[in-house]
Amino acid sequence: MSTAEATTTTGTEVMTYREALRLALREEMERDERVFLMGEEVGVFEGAYKVSAGLMDQFGADRVRDTPISEEGFVGAGAGAAMLGERPVVEIMTLNFLLVAMDQVINHAAKVGAMFGGEVRCPMVIRTPNGAGNQLTAQHSQSFDGWFAGTPGLKVVAPASPADAKGLLKAAIRDEDPVLVLENLPIYKEKGEVSLDPEFVTPIGLANVARTGEDLTIVSHGFATVRALHVAEQLAADHGIDAEVVDLRSLRPLDVQTIAESVAKTNHVLCVEEGWPSYGVTAEIAARVQKACFDDLDAPVERVGMAEVPLPYAKELELAAMPHEERIAAAALATLGRAS
Amino acid sequence: MAVTVPPRTDQLDRDTRRELYETMVLSRVFETEAERQYKAARIGGYCHLSSGQEAMTIGAMHALHADDLLVTGYRSHGFALARGIPPEAVMAELFGRVDGCAHGRGGSMHLLDPSRGYYGGWGIVAGQLPIATGLALALRRQGREQAVLCELGDGAVNMGAWHESLNLASLWDLPVVFLVVNNLYGMGTAVERASAEPDLYKRASAYRMHGERVDGDDLDTMIEAADRLLTAAREEHRPAVLEAVTYRYRGHSVADAGLAYRSKEEIAEHQRHDPIVREREKLLAEGVSEEELAAIDTHADERVAAAVQAALDSPAPQPDRLAYGMHGVGSAEQFARMRPGSAYGEEALTFDAGLGA
Ligand SMILES: Cc1ncc(C[n+]2csc(CCOP(=O)(O)OP(=O)(O)O)c2C)c(N)n1
Ligand SMILES: [Mg+2]
Repeated sequence: MSTAEATTTTGTEVMTYREALRLALREEMERDERVFLMGEEVGVFEGAYKVSAGLMDQFGADRVRDTPISEEGFVGAGAGAAMLGERPVVEIMTLNFLLVAMDQVINHAAKVGAMFGGEVRCPMVIRTPNGAGNQLTAQHSQSFDGWFAGTPGLKVVAPASPADAKGLLKAAIRDEDPVLVLENLPIYKEKGEVSLDPEFVTPIGLANVARTGEDLTIVSHGFATVRALHVAEQLAADHGIDAEVVDLRSLRPLDVQTIAESVAKTNHVLCVEEGWPSYGVTAEIAARVQKACFDDLDAPVERVGMAEVPLPYAKELELAAMPHEERIAAAALATLGRAS
Repeated sequence: MAVTVPPRTDQLDRDTRRELYETMVLSRVFETEAERQYKAARIGGYCHLSSGQEAMTIGAMHALHADDLLVTGYRSHGFALARGIPPEAVMAELFGRVDGCAHGRGGSMHLLDPSRGYYGGWGIVAGQLPIATGLALALRRQGREQAVLCELGDGAVNMGAWHESLNLASLWDLPVVFLVVNNLYGMGTAVERASAEPDLYKRASAYRMHGERVDGDDLDTMIEAADRLLTAAREEHRPAVLEAVTYRYRGHSVADAGLAYRSKEEIAEHQRHDPIVREREKLLAEGVSEEELAAIDTHADERVAAAVQAALDSPAPQPDRLAYGMHGVGSAEQFARMRPGSAYGEEALTFDAGLGA
């Protein structure tokens, strides 16, 4: 192998989040015969959001398997196949449709390891985009990441960048347990540097300090991280505030340690999520932070999330409900006792 | 086919046939305009068109009595129009305006009008079936001689909710007709690639329920079958599955070109048997003049143009209406003590906005 070739496989390339997911799937399917993809429209149609484009041509219809619309059936079938040593990656068109398979996820797949006392495992990956907006309205515009992250037996990750999209999906496929990979519709087209190393994975359970800062810690995941990073730049430019952004990457297990280290430095924390905050991811973080960082806090933990309504269609109403950048910035200023 | 019923052309008088034709044309013109407005970014979200499915839609709706109930999925512009919701209110809904039939809160997928017995407009495949079953249960409990028509796609018959609903409806003798709109595809998946029993109507027999398949592109056939099954539901509490075979010309939604999984030739072949053209020929044979037909086209264009104008003139909903209707009257008091420690902005957005009336 020439040096030039060696650098290409270990170097990086700029690609979209969508392409990074596809690369992860391709590499893992090439590495491990047991890995197969199934879901609605993943084959002939190349994925409702084109993540699996080209994969059926490469791996055939057996390993890139189109399913009928029957989420409860094929999510459960994924769990069953995983119990016999397969490595299914189940694509759910959007998180909303995982609701009809909730019983298989929460009350079956998540239970296998513990119920079998470790004798049988369930190494299934469910990957699905979530998020709110684009006028998709009440039944298609929501995030309930916290419901899954609150379930013992499951692991939940939420990549916010192309690099982590590849790294976390690969880590999920290699994991021994059921892992839910929460992708995000608005980030599919975002670009970033991605490792070309087929052995590159992002460890599950490790948050990422996506921006370092001294004045305020913003804790977020998924698309909220993209928003938080924009807000941090704005706060620096307009108010001279230096915010640190902790991108959770993994919701269960949750890296409280990285958050606590950040809060020890900044003494202020704002948690942001796309979902409804009551009983949500930000609620969990607030509870842990007040206990772990009680002496470090100079202000109450603040949270921003979706207004607690089923999302309406009209643009004006939707905008009012969303945890958009202006609301995040206003909450950041309020936390620091500064006027907007 | 389970039952082969010869198409009847004797049942409609000329005026009725012409009126139904007008609604078919209105639906087609409306859909074409909706696509144009979507591309002009006045309509957002998901928008599913039903061009090509007009005979199925308008035929079934003609058989539905004014006091019967209707439940559909998300491909429902034609159903809403045929149910008598003014095109202005449907277009305003697509534009997200207060005069929309769902107050601008639902958009294309969630058209509704309980005053016309239309209980939505639902977006989760097969999610509307248990709801329709429950409406039928209520009709029975209330001793009302009415029926429920529940529209669903060919893709919905592989969901658990389909099997559970059929079983309940048959077990409890509920007045509901499940109208399976078999337009040959669920998104990009052809029926044979999704259904182990692609003769969808046959599945009814697993629940000792009547099932039949009809040519959904022939208005008379549709009316005859829907009328017969709705009558049996209403009068004898016999639920049924009516599979109407039709074809959607456009992609799954406005975002799908609709060509990745089928050929242009296939679409053209179906357009040769266009349901509107078929009706047009029947009208000509009955002596309606070319001029009259041209006037119908012009009238539909005018009505749709007026609908666009009305939608533009209708105001956007006010953000202080965000939580409107979410809870029943009196709930604001129940929630009042939840305010301390609210997430940033939540109080103003949710509590102050008014949870109920
Ligand atoms: C439970 C669920 N899974 C997936 C989807 C996404 N989805 C929306 S429509 C559709 C295809 C449905 O096809 P069909 O029932 O044939 O109805 P058609 O669109 O042809 O009218 C899919 C997969 C959904 N809305 N709900
Ligand atoms: Mg279909």
